[in-house]
Amino acid sequence: MSAPALKEGRVSAATLPASRMKMTADSSGRKAWAPYLQVAPLTLVLLLFFAIPVALVVVVSFFRYQMLVGLVPDFTFKNYVDILTNPTNWSLYLSTFKFTIIVLAITFVLGFWISYFLVFHVRNLMTAIALFLICTVPFWTSNIIRMISWRPVLGREGLINQALQGMGVTAQPLDWLLYSDFSVIVAYVHLYTLFMIVPIFNSMARIDKSLLEAAVDGGASRWGVVWNVVLPLSKTGIALGSLFVVTLVMGDFSVVTVMSGGLSGSVTSGMFNDLQFLNYPRAAANAVILLIVVLLIAVAIFRLVDVRKELVR
Amino acid sequence: MALPSYGKRPWTFYVLATLFTLFVIFLYGPMISVLILSFQGPSAALNFPLRDPSLMWFDELFNPRRVGDVPGAFRRSLPLALITMLLTVVIAVTAGFAFRHRFRGATLVFYMAIASLIIPGLVLSIGILVTARFLGLSANWYTTALGAHLSWTLPFGLLIMFAVLGRLSPSYEEASYDLGATRWQTVKDVVLPIVFPGIIAVALFGFTLSYDEFPRSWLTVGTLNTLPLEIWTMTTNVTSPALYALGTVTTIVSFIVIALALGSILLIQRRRSGSS
Repeated sequence: MSAPALKEGRVSAATLPASRMKMTADSSGRKAWAPYLQVAPLTLVLLLFFAIPVALVVVVSFFRYQMLVGLVPDFTFKNYVDILTNPTNWSLYLSTFKFTIIVLAITFVLGFWISYFLVFHVRNLMTAIALFLICTVPFWTSNIIRMISWRPVLGREGLINQALQGMGVTAQPLDWLLYSDFSVIVAYVHLYTLFMIVPIFNSMARIDKSLLEAAVDGGASRWGVVWNVVLPLSKTGIALGSLFVVTLVMGDFSVVTVMSGGLSGSVTSGMFNDLQFLNYPRAAANAVILLIVVLLIAVAIFRLVDVRKELVR
Repeated sequence: MALPSYGKRPWTFYVLATLFTLFVIFLYGPMISVLILSFQGPSAALNFPLRDPSLMWFDELFNPRRVGDVPGAFRRSLPLALITMLLTVVIAVTAGFAFRHRFRGATLVFYMAIASLIIPGLVLSIGILVTARFLGLSANWYTTALGAHLSWTLPFGLLIMFAVLGRLSPSYEEASYDLGATRWQTVKDVVLPIVFPGIIAVALFGFTLSYDEFPRSWLTVGTLNTLPLEIWTMTTNVTSPALYALGTVTTIVSFIVIALALGSILLIQRRRSGSS
């Protein structure tokens, strides 16, 4: 796999010592500033399109909102007081948390066992990779389209209701299949399980299979191996996957809006409404609160598992 | 299975294989039903059965009389995705190499990238719009929306590069230098072959994440919609299978891109294993 060209021996032995000395001197001199140059474009983009905008959102959240004028520079806590004293916002947070926990639980169970199946049960590596790709391809297609595609399946005259009535299981079409909490959760699981499978699969694929054999030889049960060997060794993937799923669900408004038919909302859909009335300061204050909540969850996950060490090593 | 047999498969295999199959049906079933229903006939029914299959709803898409400006949105989304892809590859790949060395601020940049990845898209959208306002600039798909997309694709690209470069042990390069290879030879013959499939993966992510991005585009594209925004407005306005037809078209574009990316990775792998 590595360096097939080296075998061809393109470099003559005579030039070796000189070029080698030059190389080492050169590369040690280069090391000092090269990484800064290499990371500069990334840093620039992140500053310009992440750090500064977030800082400005914080600033604007203390501004005043005036009809027709919009933003008025000020230093007021009114927006925050507005949000925190409004019971609607609390119930929005509550419902978002509810969705987050349910979706996290379902995607974790699915993600863990599907990865486990691919890594430890499928014996042919090429088959495993092919099956893995089958799971990941929808990730690269449009989320909105994938969401809408549930309509002809779950709707009143949809496939499931047609099938149930056709088989005589139900006399009336089931109304709770679409535009309900149920359809919202279905769509979340449909969209976000990938984010759980990919990192967990990655972690599991790195587990040395001989560890499992050793555990079995040591008398561990099948369940014991999963619980005491596989689960702890895939915790980076689980942490990363949870981070994705939690932040995606917390920050979502399109799935909730479309799949609940406007019946449920999320924290972000509250923001969405403010924005439509051009009330930027209150939307910004709402954004800051949401950001703090999301960051706290992220920090908690990073505390549990040192994701960075595992990634960069 | 043609491979060495390890004896009888445990019962858990069959349970998990069933779970996996059901999951795949769950994943693809709805998409396939939309694909089929986009060929619905003039009855304009949004549900099965399919009556008098026709291409009329595709025709509707490209004749923007009733639906919005789909061709125009496509002509913005495609270049935006391509530019995002190119910049993501260049910036994420070089940054990935930076992280192989110790440098001051590495932790800060890393956490900034992670934060940029997990920040709710709408929050960032507000931020970028407000920034543009402060600077007196107007939002446009090729300025603010491009930046918004990069703030999402770059961290993904960086994570992929971490995974890829984890397999590139510095000892390979040292060995190459020890054998007298120049830096260019080392990059071309040692580093690039190992890293190239990863670069294609970064490109794939850069393209598709941008092409399908909705929340980060919402406030940042300005007055002219990109395709996901056009679809979003259609979900509320359009109650005809034209919506399904649009879904089919965008999904086909995505699939072409995925096939190109995976195909070229496969080709490279094959050529490499053939040459050595």
